[in-house]
Amino acid sequence: MLKRADGRKPEELRPITIRAGVIEQANGSALVQMGKTTAVAAVYGPKSMYPRHLRLPDRAVLETIYAMVPFSTKERVRPGPSRRSIELCKVIRQALEPVIFLEEFPKAQIDVYIDILQADAGTRTAAINAASVALADAGVPMRDLVSAVAVGKIDGEYVLDLTSEEEDLTACDLPVAVIPRKEQVTLMQLDGDVSPEDVKKLVRLALKGCQTIYQKQREALKRRWIDEGAK
Amino acid sequence: MRVQNEYVLKLIEKGERIDGRALDEYRLVQVEKGVIQNAEGSARVKIGNTEVLAGVKLAVEQPFPDKPEEGLLIVNAEFSPIASPLFETGPPSEEAIELARVVDRGIRESKAIQMEKLCIEPGEKAWAVFIDIHIINHAGNLLDASALAALAALLDARFPGWDGQKVDYTVRGDKLPIQHKPIAVSFTKVGNTFLLDPNLEEESVMEGKLIITSKEDGNICAIQKTGPLVLRLEEIDDLLGKAGKYAEKLRRMV
Amino acid sequence: MKKEKEFVLPGDVLVKSLDWLPGKNCYRDGEEIVAKKLGLVQIKNRVISVIPFNSIYLPRAGDMVVGKVVDIQSNGWIVDINTAYDAFLPLAGMKQFIDITKTDLSTILDVGDLIYAKIERVSKTSVYLSMKDPLCKKIQTGRLLTINPAKIPRVIGRGGSMVSIIKKASGSKIFIGQNGFIWIEGGKEELVIKAIKLIDREFYKEGLTDRVAKFLEENA
Repeated sequence: MLKRADGRKPEELRPITIRAGVIEQANGSALVQMGKTTAVAAVYGPKSMYPRHLRLPDRAVLETIYAMVPFSTKERVRPGPSRRSIELCKVIRQALEPVIFLEEFPKAQIDVYIDILQADAGTRTAAINAASVALADAGVPMRDLVSAVAVGKIDGEYVLDLTSEEEDLTACDLPVAVIPRKEQVTLMQLDGDVSPEDVKKLVRLALKGCQTIYQKQREALKRRWIDEGAK
Repeated sequence: MRVQNEYVLKLIEKGERIDGRALDEYRLVQVEKGVIQNAEGSARVKIGNTEVLAGVKLAVEQPFPDKPEEGLLIVNAEFSPIASPLFETGPPSEEAIELARVVDRGIRESKAIQMEKLCIEPGEKAWAVFIDIHIINHAGNLLDASALAALAALLDARFPGWDGQKVDYTVRGDKLPIQHKPIAVSFTKVGNTFLLDPNLEEESVMEGKLIITSKEDGNICAIQKTGPLVLRLEEIDDLLGKAGKYAEKLRRMV
Repeated sequence: MKKEKEFVLPGDVLVKSLDWLPGKNCYRDGEEIVAKKLGLVQIKNRVISVIPFNSIYLPRAGDMVVGKVVDIQSNGWIVDINTAYDAFLPLAGMKQFIDITKTDLSTILDVGDLIYAKIERVSKTSVYLSMKDPLCKKIQTGRLLTINPAKIPRVIGRGGSMVSIIKKASGSKIFIGQNGFIWIEGGKEELVIKAIKLIDREFYKEGLTDRVAKFLEENA
C-alpha cells in the first residue's frame, strides 16, 4: 500500500474541521480546514442587484468571489484577480448554482465571498465546502448541500484529498463536487494523463470522500444552530 | 426567442436537431494550416459557420525556476467583438479565460510538446511558445474549434532563427517537437440529451458541457465541466467511454 | 418521516409520500418532500413545512417594516427594507398631498432617513410602501435593534403576547418591523433590548414567554 508523507491511508481524508457562523456581519458564513488548507466563506444577500443592467428577469445572479490572500502560500500571492482565480470563480459558481433556488429572487443578487487563508492544495474544493455551509447558514433556499474533494493517482494507487506535495507526484488532479444524497456531480475538472477507467474509479472515490465531508458539514450547522444556541 | 428555444428543445427530445444533424454529428470541419505568414505557425479551423484562427509565436525567455530545463507554454484567447454581438471589448471575459485554460491544460498535460527540447540553456534561456486563439465567427462550439486550431497551429509551427543573441523571424527552421495530439470533445447537455458540436441555438438552451480532452492512446488529459449542469455517475461513465472515439475522428483532420 | 420540531438541513427528506403537501421552505422532488432551509419541522394537517432559523425578509402586503431612504426620485422614494429588492414609496402613499412643483422632496424624507411604513402591494420583484396607516411615521428618536427576520414572530408572540409583556415591563413604545428591525422609543430602552436579545438567542426553545416574563421581573 502506498505510504503517504503525512501517514494517511490512500483513501483517507486530511483532518477536517468545519465551523458555521464565523462572520457576524454576514448573512451566513463558514470556515473549512482540510489539513493546512483553510477557506472562509461569507454570504451576503439575496439583495438588490447593481448595476441594474446586469439584473436577470427570471432569477437571481449568483456571484462567487474566490481569492487567495497574499500570505496564503510560500510565495506571496499578488492581490487582485488572476486568470486562475477568474476560472475558479466560474467553476465554483457553477458547482453551487444547481442547488440554489435562484428563481425565487428574480433581479436580485447573492454574493458568496471565499477567501483562502492558507493553501495546501484543494483550495477550490475547500472553497465549495465552505460556501455550501455558508449558504445553508444564511437561510438561502437550497435543494441540497454540496461537498467537494480532489482525488489523484500516485504510484498506481488512487488517493483521496491531495496535498500540494502530492500534487507534484500524482498522475492526475481531479477535483470533484457532488450533491452527496443524490450522487450527482456539480464540479469536475481534470488535468493529468490517465485512462477513462481511472477517471471512473476516481470519481467514485471522490464521492466516497464527499460523503464523509457532508457529515462534517451537517454536524457544523447543527452545532452552530442547536448545540451552541442560535445567536 | 422563447418560441425558438422551445422548438429547439422539443426537437432534441425527439432526437432531432434544428439543422438536421444526428445528435453525435459534427458540422463540416475544415482545417487549414499556414494561413498567417508572420506567425511561426497558424491554422484556421471552421466547424460549420464557427471560425477560429490560432497563431503560434515563439520567443526566447527565461525558464520558470521550478522547471529550469523546459520551455514555456502560454495560451491566450481573444473573443473579438467582430465575432459575435455577444462579445464586448475590454479585458478577456470569464468565458475566454476558461477556454484558453482548458486548451492550455489539454496541450500541457498530454505533453503534446516535448518541453525539454525547447530548452536552450538550462535555467537561462528557453523557447516560449505563445498560442493565441482568435475567434473570427462564433456560431457555437468554440472550445472544440479552438483546441483543434491550437493543435493544428502547433503542428504547422517552425522555429525561427536564433544566433545566441536574438531571434531572426525571417528564418523558418525545424518543426516544433510535437509528440502527442490532444483533442477536445465537448459533450453538450440539452434537455436530457447529450449532443456534440452544438450550434448557437442549441448553446442558448443548453445546461452546460462536459469537455473531455484525450490523446491518441485514449488516455484523458483534461476534463472541464462547464455550465450549471449536474451529472450522474452513469452519464460520466458513458461520456468517458465515448470521448476517445469522437476525438479520433477530429484528429484525422489535422 | 421527520418528527415535529426536528432539526433539518436543506436537502433533508421530510417525508416520502404523495399524501402530504409541501408547506413553507420545502419542495417536492418526485415522491419526496424536501427541506429548502435549515430549521425545525412543522406538521399541520397534511402540510409539512420548515420554520427557518435564518432567513432574509420576504415582503408581504400588510406587513409593517422599518426602511431606510436610499434615493429620491421625481415621484417618490426608494427605500431599503432589508430584502432582495428595494421598495418604492410613491407620493400617493403619503398622508399629506404633496405638490411636486413647489416641494423639494428631500425636505419631507431625505436620503438616510428611517421610516416605519406599511407594505401596500407586492408584485414578483417590486414592493410598494405606504405611510397612510396611523402607525406609520418618520423615525426621529429612540433606538433601533436588528434581529434575524425569521425570529420576528417570536418577538411578537402568539397574538402579540410577547411584545405586550415587554411593553408593560419597560414602558417603552415598541414598533416591530417584520423585516427584522425593531424600533424602541422611550421607557426602559435597555431592558427591551436585553429582552429581545434573549428571545434572539433562545427563540427555538419551549416556554419562551415564561422565561422572558421571569427575566423582565428580575431585571425591571
